[in-house]
Amino acid sequence: MTTTMASKALQPPPCAFSFSFAPTHRLAPPSARLPLLRYSWPSSSLSRRCNHSPTLTLHATSSSSSSTLEGGEAVEKVFHGECFVLDDNIDTDQIIPAEYLTLVPSNPEEYAKLGSLALVGLPSRYPSFVAPGQPLSRYAIIIAGANFGCGSSREHAPVALGASGVKAVVAESYARIFFRNSVATGEIYPLESAEGRLCKECRTGDLVTVEMEKERGRLTNHTTGKEHKLKPIGDAGPVIEAGGIFAYARKTGMIVAATM
Amino acid sequence: MMDFLCQSLHYKNNFLTNFERKLLSSSSSAASLSGFLPDSIHVNKKEYRPSIRAVMAPPQPQRPPSTTGLVKQAMTMTEKILARASERSNLDTGENVWVNVDILMTHDVCGPGTIGIFKREFGENAKVWDREKIVIIPDHYIFTNDELANRNVDILRDFSVEQNIKYFYDINDRSNFRANPDYKGVCHIALAQEGHCRPGEVLLGTDSHTCNAGAFGQFATGIGNTDAGFVMGTGKVLLKVPPTLRFVMDGEMPDYLLAKDLILQIIGEITVAGATYKSMEFTGSTVESLSMEERMTLCNMVIEAGGKNGVVPADQTTFNYLEGKTSAKFEPVYSDEKAKFLHEYKFDTSKLEPVVAKPHSPDNRALARECKDVKIDRVYIGSCTGGKTEDFLAAAKIFLASGKKVKVPTFLVPATQKVWMDLYGLPVPGSGGKTCSQIFEEAGCDTPASPNCGACLGGPRDTYARMNEAKVCVSTTNRNFPGRMGNKEAQIYLASPFTAAASALTGYVTDPREFLR
Repeated sequence: MTTTMASKALQPPPCAFSFSFAPTHRLAPPSARLPLLRYSWPSSSLSRRCNHSPTLTLHATSSSSSSTLEGGEAVEKVFHGECFVLDDNIDTDQIIPAEYLTLVPSNPEEYAKLGSLALVGLPSRYPSFVAPGQPLSRYAIIIAGANFGCGSSREHAPVALGASGVKAVVAESYARIFFRNSVATGEIYPLESAEGRLCKECRTGDLVTVEMEKERGRLTNHTTGKEHKLKPIGDAGPVIEAGGIFAYARKTGMIVAATM
Repeated sequence: MMDFLCQSLHYKNNFLTNFERKLLSSSSSAASLSGFLPDSIHVNKKEYRPSIRAVMAPPQPQRPPSTTGLVKQAMTMTEKILARASERSNLDTGENVWVNVDILMTHDVCGPGTIGIFKREFGENAKVWDREKIVIIPDHYIFTNDELANRNVDILRDFSVEQNIKYFYDINDRSNFRANPDYKGVCHIALAQEGHCRPGEVLLGTDSHTCNAGAFGQFATGIGNTDAGFVMGTGKVLLKVPPTLRFVMDGEMPDYLLAKDLILQIIGEITVAGATYKSMEFTGSTVESLSMEERMTLCNMVIEAGGKNGVVPADQTTFNYLEGKTSAKFEPVYSDEKAKFLHEYKFDTSKLEPVVAKPHSPDNRALARECKDVKIDRVYIGSCTGGKTEDFLAAAKIFLASGKKVKVPTFLVPATQKVWMDLYGLPVPGSGGKTCSQIFEEAGCDTPASPNCGACLGGPRDTYARMNEAKVCVSTTNRNFPGRMGNKEAQIYLASPFTAAASALTGYVTDPREFLR
C-alpha cells in the first residue's frame, strides 16, 4: 500500500527504484541498507525538489507485523537528508510571520505559497531555510530545542513546514497546540529526542537519517558519526501516516461522510 | 493532544461507537500520569521543563457509576468542567475524553481555512452542527487594502449566510467602522461583551488567546483549523484532561499594579513552557478583588506560559458582569477543597512591583524601574490583552497625573466598538468630567484607531502602527518574539497600561510610580 500525502500540492515524481523490506527488518546502520542512490528525475520544475535525498519508506506488510494498530500497518519510516538546526522557543511567528496568514491553507495554491515562506521569520543569524525564489526547502529534517512551535494556535505553522518539504521535526519538546496541529493535519512528524540536546549536537547541513518505529526511534548523524535515541511516535504515527485526523478516520472506517 | 483513545460511551454519532470498539480491543498499554505532588508551596526554578511523556494515553476502563457507593473523587475546576462536558461523573488527569462544545469561535485569519476543511471533509452541502453555537468574528486584518485579507472576510460572510449563522459580526464598510452596526472588533473581548462566555462551559476558538474566556470560570482554549473543522461538523472535540497549577494571589493590590503585572510576574517565574499541557487556576483574595476585564488580562496570557487553559472561579463579580448580556442558563463549578494540584504557587501581591517582559520572550521578566535607561521609540496600547476599557482608563490616569505630553508616538487601538465608545463617553475619575479621548488628545497621543487586532501581530504591511523598522516599543500586547509586530529586529517590551503610559511620557521604559506618587 502506498503512502499518500493527500493534502500536499506537490507530489514527488515517480522513482526509478522501489524498495521493499521484510517485515521483520530490524534497525541496522543505514550504510548497510541504503544502496547508492541514482535517480533520473523527469526534467521539470519538480527536479529542484530532489536536491535533497528523497524519502524512503519501509512498508511492513500487516499480516506479519506484530501489534499493528487497527486500520493500518505499523509505522516504520525512514527520512534522510540535510538537517536544519534551531534553538529553543521557536514561536509560530518565526515559523510563518503573521502577515502571511491571509493565505488560506486549504487552497492548494496558497498552501504552496506558505511552503515557500516557511521559517522566513527567523532572525538573520540563521541561514535561509527556503532559498529565495524557491518553492521548497533543501532541508528535510528540522532539529530544534525546547518548546518548539510556541505562540499562536495557527495551523499555518505546521502546514508551512510540511508544504516546504519538511518530513519530520526532532525537537526536545513541543508547545501543545503546535503538536496537536501537526498530528491533526498530518503535515509533519513531531518527534522528540530521548536523550540530550540534539540542537547542540547537530549543525545545519549535517546529513542525517531519522528512523521511526512504533516502539522506538533513532537519528543518525552521518556528518558527526553519532547516533541519538528518539522517543517513539506511538499511536500518533498512523494518524500522520494516513494524512491527518480526517484521513485516518476515513481509513479506519469511522468517518462521517456528508452530514445533513 | 490529538489522542484517539476514546472513553465516553455517550455520543450520538455512530462512527464514534465503532471507533471506540476498535480501540478498546487494542492491546496497547502504557503508563499514564498517575499520582500528583501534594499541595505544596513551591516557587519554581527556571530550569523546570515539563517533558511530554506520552503521545497517547492508554484506554482507561470506564468507571462504574457511584451507585456502588464509591465516594466521588475530588476534582479541580477544569476537571469538573470537562467531566460535565463529556457526561462523565469524574475524570482523571491524562484521560482523553470526547467533549461537547458549547461555543466555537473563529475569525478572518483562521476561519476560511476551517471552512475549507469543513466543506472538504463533511461535504459541500454539509450543515454545521449548531448554527447558534458558532460565533464568527472578523477582527484581525480588517482595515487594510490587502486583497486576500478582504477576501477572507467575504469568505466568512458567504459561509455565515449559507449556514444561517446566528452570530456573525460583519463589516462591509472598511472606511468607517461605525457604519457597521454588527461589527464588534477583537474576538475575545467581543465574546465577553456579547455574553458568549459563561461559567462552566466549554469554549473553543481558532486563536491561541481564546484562553482569555477562562476569566469566566469556563474551559476555553485555542485549536487549529483542522480541529475546528471537526467541531464545526460534530460539535465535539477530543481533549486530554490537563493537571492544574494553582496560583494563589493574596494581599492588597497596590495602586500602581495591574493584572498585566501579575501575569508577567507568573510567566517570568515558570517560563514560557512552564504550563505546557496544564491548566492554570488563579485564586486568592487579590484575584477576587479584580474586575472581569482584569481577570481576562490574567487568563489571556496563559498561553504565553504554554498553558492549555486558565480559570478564575466565578463569583458575584462574574454574575454582575453577565447580567443583561446573556439569558442562557449556566452552572458554575468550583475546585473541591481536596482536589489535587500539580503545584501551588503563592504570591503576596502587596510586595510585587511593576514588571516588563524584555525582548524577545514573554518570560524575560525585569522590574520596570530597572529598565529606566532603555530609550524607546513608540508606545502601543491595544489588543485583547491591553486594549479594553479599563486598560485605557488606566493609561488615562497616568496621563492625567502627569499633565504633560508624550515624548514618543503613542498608538491607541481600542479592542471593540464598545471600548471605542467608552473612550469618548466615559468620564475618567478625578478628571473633572473629561473623557479618555480628551485626556489622550491633551497628552498628544494618536487619535484612537478603528477597533481590531491591529499591530499586535504585525499584519499586512499597511496595518496601522505596525513596526516596519527596527525600533523599540513598549506595548500592552501579549507577545514579543522576534518579528511579532512586524520588523524582525524590532524590540518589544511587554508592559501594563500604567507602565506603557508612563514610558510614553518619558521616552524611556518607566515605572508608573514616577507618576502615581
